[in-house]
Amino acid sequence: MSLMAEVGQKAFDLGLPISVHLDVTYRCNERCVHCYLDHDDHGEMTTAEIKDVLDQLAEAGVFFLTLSGGEVFLRRDFFEIVEYARHLQFNVKIKTNAVMIGKKEAQRLRDLNVDTVQISLYSHRPEVHDAITKLPKSFERTVKAIRFLHEHGVRVTIANVLMTENQNDHYGVQKLAAEIGVMYVLDPTITPMMDGNTDVLALRVAGESLPEIFKNPALVPNQEEFCAPPPPVSEGDLDGYSCSAGHSFCYVSPYGDVFPCVQFPLPTGNVRQQKFMDIWNLSPQLKEVRSIQGKDLTVCSSCSHLTTCTRCPGLAYMEGSMRGPSTADCEKSFYRTGIATANMLMQGLSKPRTTAPLVQIQPLAVSANA
Amino acid sequence: MSETYIARSSSIAARALAGEMMIMNSVDSTFFTLNEVATAIWQAADGRTPLSEIVRTRICETFEIDEAKAQADAQQFVAELSGHGILLVSDQPLAQEATR
Repeated sequence: MSLMAEVGQKAFDLGLPISVHLDVTYRCNERCVHCYLDHDDHGEMTTAEIKDVLDQLAEAGVFFLTLSGGEVFLRRDFFEIVEYARHLQFNVKIKTNAVMIGKKEAQRLRDLNVDTVQISLYSHRPEVHDAITKLPKSFERTVKAIRFLHEHGVRVTIANVLMTENQNDHYGVQKLAAEIGVMYVLDPTITPMMDGNTDVLALRVAGESLPEIFKNPALVPNQEEFCAPPPPVSEGDLDGYSCSAGHSFCYVSPYGDVFPCVQFPLPTGNVRQQKFMDIWNLSPQLKEVRSIQGKDLTVCSSCSHLTTCTRCPGLAYMEGSMRGPSTADCEKSFYRTGIATANMLMQGLSKPRTTAPLVQIQPLAVSANA
Repeated sequence: MSETYIARSSSIAARALAGEMMIMNSVDSTFFTLNEVATAIWQAADGRTPLSEIVRTRICETFEIDEAKAQADAQQFVAELSGHGILLVSDQPLAQEATR
């Protein structure tokens, strides 16, 4: 186990929030076809409110801070927020489409010692990228910004979300990342919109196409291990739990709502009404999330993939139960190993469902800044 | 013998986890954890207090460690962190780069 993993496990065991994802806005200058957000501003936290939250997070022991959106640079105070976060010695990661980053911004991010800037890039072909973002010239601006940041010594990761529109372009994006000299990550997960609309799920890459991705050594270097049959499930595995959502990680929305994770829309409190640590320690919803063990999972506890599956409790929650299966992850486990999941066996399926019956079972409580 | 002054670099991220410090150097993402004694030195690295005084008042008294050994270990620890660019070292008082 790496030192970082050890520290993560320690925070998990102690129930300490070591990592927080804070969206500073949902506003955006792109209109990506797969985006799950409502881009209207329903009352974002002010600069002072965000600084207060950062003070509380630092006090709570949060080390890894991801600032994301929406497009973070649409906030005029974004650099003030980053500067304050760095003053509090957070390890800061920024997620952005980068279209507003020029040389001056790149230099400032370098001077602030931001750990990583993660930038969404959908294709190496401008017309495909721009068709997904619906912002003309966005490819050109984003790639230019990636080069600026790299030249200024800022660590950059290109995040390549795969969907039907760009599913064959990952080779090209990966090649572009290597040519520039930045890191590359691929994500085939498309999540439902925050208002419960599941239309965007039609953009998900079909399960049958996943093996091509999983068995591509350029994308998955440790093939043998990654695609190996899962090891037998032990008693200890049934007593444990793997996802950090609500255990050592949580999400704070631009309106101050606190959730176990970005894609786990279970409201647990609001930092405009309560102190962060009161929510973290006392929220009945977070206590319930933390109470779940492997043996409590209604279907997955009997699944051979229990220890290696990337089961997302948030997606499971959106399917109807945080203790239930996450069909999208059942699909990944099956196509990764070729071994049927308990969820499939229970339904008598020889291959996973192509679409998960996702529903938003509890609407987000948007807290307007009155 | 000249004094050694130490200050935390502003290029790092740092936080205490259950009494032990986690530190990450943003330049190369090197990740460190400090034990309780090293954490006490780190937290006292204000750029103004001589290292010998930090060791004497924060380490030897709190952890009941022999002073000569503690001073030698502290010098080694400081040299190591300085080598990774996360601690600034000087024989003159330093301006504190980071406040928390």
